[in-house]
Amino acid sequence: MNGTISDSESSMKSATELVVERPGEFARLNYLSVHHGVRSWLLTKDHKRIGLLYLFTILIFFLIASVAAALMRIELVTPQPKLVTSETYNKLFTIHGVLMVWFFLIPSIPTVLGNFILPMMIGARDVAFPKLNLLSWYIFVAGGALALWSLLHGGVDTGWTFYTPYSTTYANTHVISMAAGVFVAGFSTIITGMNFMVTTHKMRAPGLTWFRLPLFVWSLYATSLIMVLATPVLAITLALISVERFWGVGIFDPKLGGDPVLFQHLFWFYSHPAVYIMILPGMGVISELITCFSRKPIYGYAWVGSASMAIAVLGFLVWGHHMFVSSQSVYAGMVFSILSFLVAVPSGIKVFNWTATLRKGSIHFATPMLYALGFIGLFTIGGLTGLFLAALAVDVHVHDTYFVIAHFHYIMVGGMVMAFMGGLHYWWPKISGRLYPELAGKLAAMITFIGFNLTFFPQFILGYLGQPRRYHVYPPEFQIYHVLSTAGASILGVGYLMPLIYFIWAWKHGRVAGPNPWRATGLEWQTPSPPPEHNFEQTPVVRGPPYSYSAEKDVDLDVASI
Amino acid sequence: MDRFRLFPPQASTTSHEVDALFFALTLISLFFMVVIFLPIIFFSVKYRRGSPADRSNPRSGSFLIESGWTIGPIFLSLGLFAWGAVAYFRMERRPANAIDVQVVGRQWMWKLQHAEGKREINELHVPVNTTVAMTMTSQDVIHSFFVPAFRVKQDVVPGKYTGEWFKPTRTGEYHIFCAQYCGTQHSRMIGRVVVMEPAAYERWLKSGEPTESIVQTGERVFHDRGCSGCHAPNSQFHAPLLQGLYRNPVPLVNGTMVTADDQYLRDSILQPGKQITAGYQNIMPSFAGHLSEEEIMQLIAYLKYIGNQPPASQ
Amino acid sequence: MEAANLPPLVGQQFDDIEQQREAAKLGMWIFLATEVLFFGGLFLGYTIYRFTYGQIFVHTSRKLDVLLGGTNTAVLLISSLLMAFAVRAAKLDQRRMLTWLLIGTALLGCVFMSIKGVEYHKDYVDHLVPGRHFEWHGADPHSAELFFWIYFAMTGLHAIHVTVGIGIMLVLALLAWLGKFSHGNHNTVEIAGLYWHFVDIVWVFLFPLLYLVGHR
Repeated sequence: MNGTISDSESSMKSATELVVERPGEFARLNYLSVHHGVRSWLLTKDHKRIGLLYLFTILIFFLIASVAAALMRIELVTPQPKLVTSETYNKLFTIHGVLMVWFFLIPSIPTVLGNFILPMMIGARDVAFPKLNLLSWYIFVAGGALALWSLLHGGVDTGWTFYTPYSTTYANTHVISMAAGVFVAGFSTIITGMNFMVTTHKMRAPGLTWFRLPLFVWSLYATSLIMVLATPVLAITLALISVERFWGVGIFDPKLGGDPVLFQHLFWFYSHPAVYIMILPGMGVISELITCFSRKPIYGYAWVGSASMAIAVLGFLVWGHHMFVSSQSVYAGMVFSILSFLVAVPSGIKVFNWTATLRKGSIHFATPMLYALGFIGLFTIGGLTGLFLAALAVDVHVHDTYFVIAHFHYIMVGGMVMAFMGGLHYWWPKISGRLYPELAGKLAAMITFIGFNLTFFPQFILGYLGQPRRYHVYPPEFQIYHVLSTAGASILGVGYLMPLIYFIWAWKHGRVAGPNPWRATGLEWQTPSPPPEHNFEQTPVVRGPPYSYSAEKDVDLDVASI
Repeated sequence: MDRFRLFPPQASTTSHEVDALFFALTLISLFFMVVIFLPIIFFSVKYRRGSPADRSNPRSGSFLIESGWTIGPIFLSLGLFAWGAVAYFRMERRPANAIDVQVVGRQWMWKLQHAEGKREINELHVPVNTTVAMTMTSQDVIHSFFVPAFRVKQDVVPGKYTGEWFKPTRTGEYHIFCAQYCGTQHSRMIGRVVVMEPAAYERWLKSGEPTESIVQTGERVFHDRGCSGCHAPNSQFHAPLLQGLYRNPVPLVNGTMVTADDQYLRDSILQPGKQITAGYQNIMPSFAGHLSEEEIMQLIAYLKYIGNQPPASQ
Repeated sequence: MEAANLPPLVGQQFDDIEQQREAAKLGMWIFLATEVLFFGGLFLGYTIYRFTYGQIFVHTSRKLDVLLGGTNTAVLLISSLLMAFAVRAAKLDQRRMLTWLLIGTALLGCVFMSIKGVEYHKDYVDHLVPGRHFEWHGADPHSAELFFWIYFAMTGLHAIHVTVGIGIMLVLALLAWLGKFSHGNHNTVEIAGLYWHFVDIVWVFLFPLLYLVGHR
């Protein structure tokens, strides 16, 4: 087939119904069926199979980290401890943070959806370095194994932030092996970022200029930039605390005249940009979903794409806003505050453009679209509460309280996980060749949305009331909000379990999807589902901009079919 | 108990300032939520699939609109920044005429000492409508002194002094929390501030065992630890005199100047070679490990006391 | 294009050898950017403490052996020169020359490591290794210990990179001997060269910062 954009226009005309009703064709010779056996998976260099390896791996970490979260939420129902000791509680929030950040959120969209979709979106047969891609998975597994080893041998109680001198001198837990796990996993991130950058630069199909790239590719490119430039700083920082802990002396040690706050600078120089690793890919997914399900080109393509790059660059300059009360100078605080306000602007641009895209669209409320709309709602709240934290005087009060917890969960979970789920539903037909059950999907999306808000909105109030984070016991007047939050978390749990169940079911029993069930325009839809081993029978040629949807035609056809 | 409380008590001057900005930010957030969510709901209904709405001439961008929603928020955020920064600046600048309290954090308790010498653990008694300024350090890991009712928080960092001040406006008891994770019993590193009427505070200060003031203790340390052997005016060793030193500029060997503040005095006791006064040799031994954090603070209180005296007085 | 029509060494994901070459080179540059930031954390730490403890760092730095450090600088610079010639030899398809130049580069790397080992041993004997056995008779032993900690961290991390580089050079020398880089297939030598030059440049920064700050 000759998968050009103009062809997809013509295939769109003949379609009268979105999805479901018409059974498509299941490509028999596909990337899943060409090879068999465990070896064919463990030695694969196919970016699609590696994406699935990552999906499977990060799900395991997500489950462990979720169990940790559930135990904490149950414990926090009562002000006094009932379930676990303080040591255990501290280990629970550490394992939750470490696994969720480094072993779920950071790899989530890039390594699963990015690995699977990026080469297909740009019309390539694979990423630039397939062997390194597989190596990155092995490194990731090795890092994860180290993290799990520390967990099984008693865990770590430093919090995911490893603040010195607690982590270097005072903690009695397995800090070095956990730091080593994160250190190792960091190299997997670096390799992935490097691979994506080179792939985007050098592997694009003929005619696919930079400003014809789908916005998901732009966002992955911006993400890769951060991965490559920020992760090494984390690596050296973790190496330094490990050596310091092992050796007994080091550069963060106040006894030598070292500055423990220097650790915080280095840590946040990585970890603030890393926050954008955890949201930019989600934004890219949302741009794909909003256009496809409102049948319209994105509003302000260049602005949305540039906003990704602006976030990536500005994101490197705001780390100090984690340290307004850490004894950093007042003037440094002011510089970081103003830059933090400015980094909100490109995020705002994206939200405004997504909203404007809906206008005069033909909006389909399929499951991915529900996740996308949920994303916009939660991300907006998360982003606006970020302004509270950027405002110096207010941050002094809410810093290190549940307000911060609520804020970043709105971005990380309300944003990134919603986008991940939306993207997984959207590309599931491409990945598996089959459709998930639509009704269950919609239900799960709505349950997730409600459960999420009930879990995390009360935490804003708790935070302003003064409840500090990482508290095992708390004053009784905070209890009501903790109870609400735990109730919400149980609903949220249902929202996450449902897709897990129906995706497994749909893998074998779902309705056959056909190459392009959503009648979407991206190159990844111009090839059979599941795709053949090298993605395309022939290298596609691109002749126009992305998202050549037409809402008007969509409606005409629908009306005619009634 | 007020179980559905939405806001913490406002019990200091700072709390009003912070809350004003907080409410402004809340209003702005609500405004943006309306501006974003209403159109989304409206478009979702009007342009749902199959609706008869007019979809002709859709736009895919407009430079004017894009610039508008780029530049508008930039100016708005600059305004919010300025508001927050001005209030922050006030919060970070220690006002004059404050009651001094020394705070040492450790796993997992707060040790506090008033200028009059009275010591407390996990409790802080202060008079209402009086500015209280704390000098804080930690003897182990990083802690953070947080009083939600006053809207103040400051990390307490080993190896350096940080400051925090507040002016309570309402009597009552308020939480002290440690806000920076500090180990196993982090959530039990809590206490209370008791804000009292001035008369009651005076009574409280005088209650219990009579104590020497922090300056007196400092003077004792100064002599007991041998500091006076070199730094006394009649000493045979060539050491800088400490009278008239505090808050004044000190010329250093490398040609720069430094202000003799608490941090400078602390560093000079623990790391004498870090900043050597011009005209002197670095012959002083380090007292790191020989003095507790409390003793260093008492010593500095004494140095402040004599530092405010004219140099020629002795 | 069908994979079968291409020379065997072009990966199936690439259209031609030119694309593969460019991709590999870009990948290496991105990796080196990563490395710069990896060392960057240590350079930042050095800078901050150099400002805080300026005088002490100057005094402490005099304990390092400038002669050995200077010799090592020369050794690494010459090895970089050999590496540059090796890349040229690969481009000109000179198999023997390439092999010997790669071995020469690796040998100079070993010389560097040996001199470094001698230095480390001297430091150990003089009780300059931070930790329990650290002894310092001047003022402010703590800040001196901090300087030596940074010295060992920076040179140690650099030494790890040199060691990796020596390994790479020896493997490449073997492959070159087997003729794997003939017929315009010199890409691997080129990107390995980029790595070696990077390691060299890091040392060029470390030498003045650590050895020369104490000398006027």
